[in-house]
Amino acid sequence: MSKAFAAFEPSPAEVERTRIRTAKRRRSVLVSLVSTVIFAVAAGFGLVSTPGWNRVASSFFDLSTAIDAWPRVLDGLWLNLRVLVFAAVGVLIFGMLLAIMRTLRSPVFFPLRVFARGYVDFFRGLPLIIVLYLVGFGIPGLRLEWLGRVPAEVLGTVALILTYSAYVAEVFRAGIESIHPSQRLAARSLGLSYAQTMRLVVLPQAVRRVAPPLMNDFVSLQKDVGLISILGAVDAVRAAQIEVAKSANFTPYVVAGLLFVLLAIPSVRFADHIASKYAKREQAGSAL
Amino acid sequence: MSNLNADALRPEPTIDWNNPRLRVSGLRKHYDQKVVLGGVDLEIYPGQIVALIGSSGSGKSTMLRCINLIEEISDGQIWLEGKDISVANIDQDEVRREIGMVFQSYNLFAHLSILDNITLALRHVQGKSKADAEQIALGWLDRIGLADKAGSFPDKLSGGQQQRTAIIRAVALNPKVLLLDEVTSALDPELVGEVLELIRDLKASGTTIIMATHELTFARDVSDWVVFLDQGVVAEEGEAADFFANPKQERTREFLTRLKR
Repeated sequence: MSKAFAAFEPSPAEVERTRIRTAKRRRSVLVSLVSTVIFAVAAGFGLVSTPGWNRVASSFFDLSTAIDAWPRVLDGLWLNLRVLVFAAVGVLIFGMLLAIMRTLRSPVFFPLRVFARGYVDFFRGLPLIIVLYLVGFGIPGLRLEWLGRVPAEVLGTVALILTYSAYVAEVFRAGIESIHPSQRLAARSLGLSYAQTMRLVVLPQAVRRVAPPLMNDFVSLQKDVGLISILGAVDAVRAAQIEVAKSANFTPYVVAGLLFVLLAIPSVRFADHIASKYAKREQAGSAL
Repeated sequence: MSNLNADALRPEPTIDWNNPRLRVSGLRKHYDQKVVLGGVDLEIYPGQIVALIGSSGSGKSTMLRCINLIEEISDGQIWLEGKDISVANIDQDEVRREIGMVFQSYNLFAHLSILDNITLALRHVQGKSKADAEQIALGWLDRIGLADKAGSFPDKLSGGQQQRTAIIRAVALNPKVLLLDEVTSALDPELVGEVLELIRDLKASGTTIIMATHELTFARDVSDWVVFLDQGVVAEEGEAADFFANPKQERTREFLTRLKR
């Protein structure tokens, strides 16, 4: 505590302000508490009082089925996690490459620029599930001897990378374009080449700036890894499906769903944290 | 003042009037139909300071941007130490390595510390080692009294400190000509002095400078030659003391009295 702060004695006006603010805060905590309880009771009652609730409860929220399905679903989730790591790294690399391709200026790179642009248009428009089918069943269909038998999860990862790279490339490109031209001007007048300016001045700032939207895409990818199950990879969703068939009960789906949500929470919090860190940097008034 | 780059400090020898450091002849710049520069001539000799004055829109900034090849010129020629740098096949990066430029809004790199802002071009343009570059940068920071800010980021510095950093970032590269584009215009009045002090200091150590400025008193005090641009042409020019004491053109007198008020 600084000396100036230790010696600080609030005026009667400030004491009164603090008292009223504290009272206001206490009131709003109380109001939100009461409101939450009323809302939860109403929602719970509404659900339980539906005519089919008992049947839904036993086929979706059956504890013993959940316990039986648990190990297998968790095992499947481990595959999702591994796919997620490889897909995320692949997306970052390929997405960045695509974004850089679009900034190249030399006429030699004209085909690359056109390719990157066409690629982004194409894969942003194409539904992910169709990409999964095309890659998952198309590549093995080519019967490439040297490729051997590629596991479904690898094909699924490739499909995810193909689609998500297009989105992430656009995020990176937006970041590159958001860097004020005066930064490039300063770099060029110091004698840095166009490529050096990109590498040393523009990209480092662009990547920092797009961290929040990138985290958002990561959260989205996190749940879309569950889609590889349609290619037959035994991930959490597929494992749940198998358990559902075995027990004639839908609870394993709920288990898998909850696991995905749990997986997402840290990323979502982290994304919020990054976003608020950047918001703080912008220094809007703290009372807004 | 210990680790200083010796070349930057050594005063230039007596001026060689046969070989201008930079020469501009008949420089024109058009944007579509609009004539921003209508044929400007300029010469600057080693160690000189030339001040470009004139109201906003008179073409001062455009002139500097053309010299640094940031703008494509519409006509005329520019020579740097006798070499025509306005030819179409010139290596622009090569030219910009020889010409330093500082902007009104500092344009420090926001993601780099003060030290890294200065070492960036020393390392990646001049190919100096990290240690050498940092030694040079710290020498300069010491000279302007900002050595303790070496690790800080630009947004933690005052405008005057940022602008002085931007100036030494350019000067540390030992440019043949330093272009200053209204470097005090964005500053709070109480911060202008420290930047002008640095420019005075650079003049004393022989840096060749062309500056576009609104600081008329300063222009009179430090510059060797003053060029008054009006609507893209040189309305009047002359030796600094004489220029301000006896302006010959009506337009010049008008401009000077308007700013004095």
